[in-house]
Order: sequence, then C-alpha cells, then structure tokens
Amino acid sequence: MTLVEFISQPWSWWFSGLMIVSIMFSLLYFGQSFGFSANLRTICAAAGLGKKAKFFSFNWKSQIWNLVFLVGAILGGFIARQFLSTGLPVEISTNTINDLGKLGFAAPSGLQPEELFSLKALFTLKGFSVLAAGGLMVGFGARYAGGCTSGHAISGLSDLQVPSLIAVIGFFIGGLVMTFLIFPLIF
Amino acid sequence: MKLIKFLLVGIVFGIVMTKSEAVSWFRIQEMFRFQAFHMYGIIGTAVILGVIGVALIKKFKIRDFHGNPILFHPKDKSIIRYLVGGSIFGLGWALSGACPGPMVVNIGYGYLSMAIVFFFALVGTYLYGYFKEKLPH
Repeated sequence: MTLVEFISQPWSWWFSGLMIVSIMFSLLYFGQSFGFSANLRTICAAAGLGKKAKFFSFNWKSQIWNLVFLVGAILGGFIARQFLSTGLPVEISTNTINDLGKLGFAAPSGLQPEELFSLKALFTLKGFSVLAAGGLMVGFGARYAGGCTSGHAISGLSDLQVPSLIAVIGFFIGGLVMTFLIFPLIF
Repeated sequence: MKLIKFLLVGIVFGIVMTKSEAVSWFRIQEMFRFQAFHMYGIIGTAVILGVIGVALIKKFKIRDFHGNPILFHPKDKSIIRYLVGGSIFGLGWALSGACPGPMVVNIGYGYLSMAIVFFFALVGTYLYGYFKEKLPH
C-alpha cells in the first residue's frame, strides 16, 4: 500500500480529532485563534457593509490571515477529492440509512445526498429553499452565539468556557428539533 | 509570505474535514440521531486533547512564534445569546449538514450547491449585524 492509498482511506475518529486539535494549536502558535465563522463577518466588512451596520465597521484587514485559511480549506477539499479519494460512499450506520430512507433519501452513493446537493435539486423551489434556509440560520445563529463549531465546540470547550458549553447545548437543541420535529414536515 | 502558513494549515483543515467525513450531511444526520459514535469521537478527541493542551499552555506560559504570550480571552457572560443563537445555528446545521468551515470545503470538493448555502450564511451574518442592537444579548 502506498502512502497516498493509506491516507485515502476514510480516517478513524481518533486520528481526525487529533488532526483538528493540531490545527487549533497551529493557529495559536501562529498568534491567531481557530474560529471559522468569523470569516463571514470579515467578508461582509470587506464588501463594505460597515456603512449599513456598525457591526461590520472594523479593521477587517487584520483578519486576512483567516480568509487565507478559508482559501486553503477550499483547496484542501479539492485536493482530497482529486488525489485522496477512494470514491466509496460514506459508511453511515444502517439505522440512519433506514431512517433517512423513510424520509425519501437514498442510501449514500457519495459524500452528500443527491436529493439535496445535486444541481438538479438546487433548481427546484424546495431544494433551493432548504439550502438557503439552512445557510441563513447557520450564518445568523453563528454570529448571535458568537461562534460556530470551531470557535465554541473546539476552541471554547478546550478552554473550559461556560458560554461555549451553553452554545454547544444550543447547537444540539436546534439540531434535534430540526431532525426529529421539522424533518418529518418538510421531507 | 507570512500568509503562506495559514494557506497550508487551511489546506490541511480541508483535507482533515473531508477524510474525517465531518463535511458529510449523512454524518451530521447520524450524529443528531445518536446512531454512531463517529462524530462524537472526533469532537470528543479534539476537546479532550484541547483541554490538556490549553492547560499546559497556561501552566507553562508558552509563547507563540512571535514571542508573545498565548492568551485566552474569556467570552462575555450571557445565557440568552448562546442558547438562542446556538439553537438557530443548530437548526441550520442539521438542515444543511454543514457548518461554515465544511461549507467551503464542500465547494472545493465539487458540491457547487454549497455555494448557495455559503452565500445565505453571509446573508444571515449580515441580518444579525443589522438587527444586533434590537436582539437580547
């Protein structure tokens, strides 16, 4: 087995967790902190929205490092697809496949469900609305809560911050309500 | 050149997110249905190692590569903004199966629909900024 073949297998949870925390410590060592959704605010500021809302009026150029990190993340996704992929579908549990099947989702054939992320689905009213509503709530909620998964669940919990614990509890309240109460209504 | 290191760390982040499958809507559904340990294992490992590392940085007053002390800033005390904001984030996370980082990783991977999700995440961020003073914090 070559190194590329070895890396191309899906990674175990413990190795993935180790790598994520290594990224957090790399950024701390480079004098910054790990928080991805801050980029959303930076992009709004760079787009000149500081004229419309004070929240976006700050020296966004000090955050260029994080935008560069964002560009790297896009490249990383591309590299993983082109050079480090087995092409095998995500191996989720049989229970999840069964539950999602009842909602009309086929078993995984890749990384994402075609019913939501194919371009064909995007050009339907329902498909577009689901993606738009999902993004809107992620963006609004992340800023209201002062951070997303990287800022609160990884960085904040590592520093034993109570606000981050409350935010993570919120993430799960919202996630469970969507999964168990709203999914059956929309899918 | 100072920025190259952030590009490299970003590339590693994109690869890690993809190979861990944390960018998959299916994995997020599996997590919220409590039907596999995978996502809990990833986050749990990161947090446990993170707690140990942060404690060591504080205890030994470790400095960053500029020679400045690595500082951690306590977040503002509040319940409402974290609980309400977090819940709204969670609703969107379960629906789109992606938080902001995985959104852009998915775009790089080739799921162009995720660009719509990312665009609306920007709209959501703007709406928060616009209504910020009217929201309880």
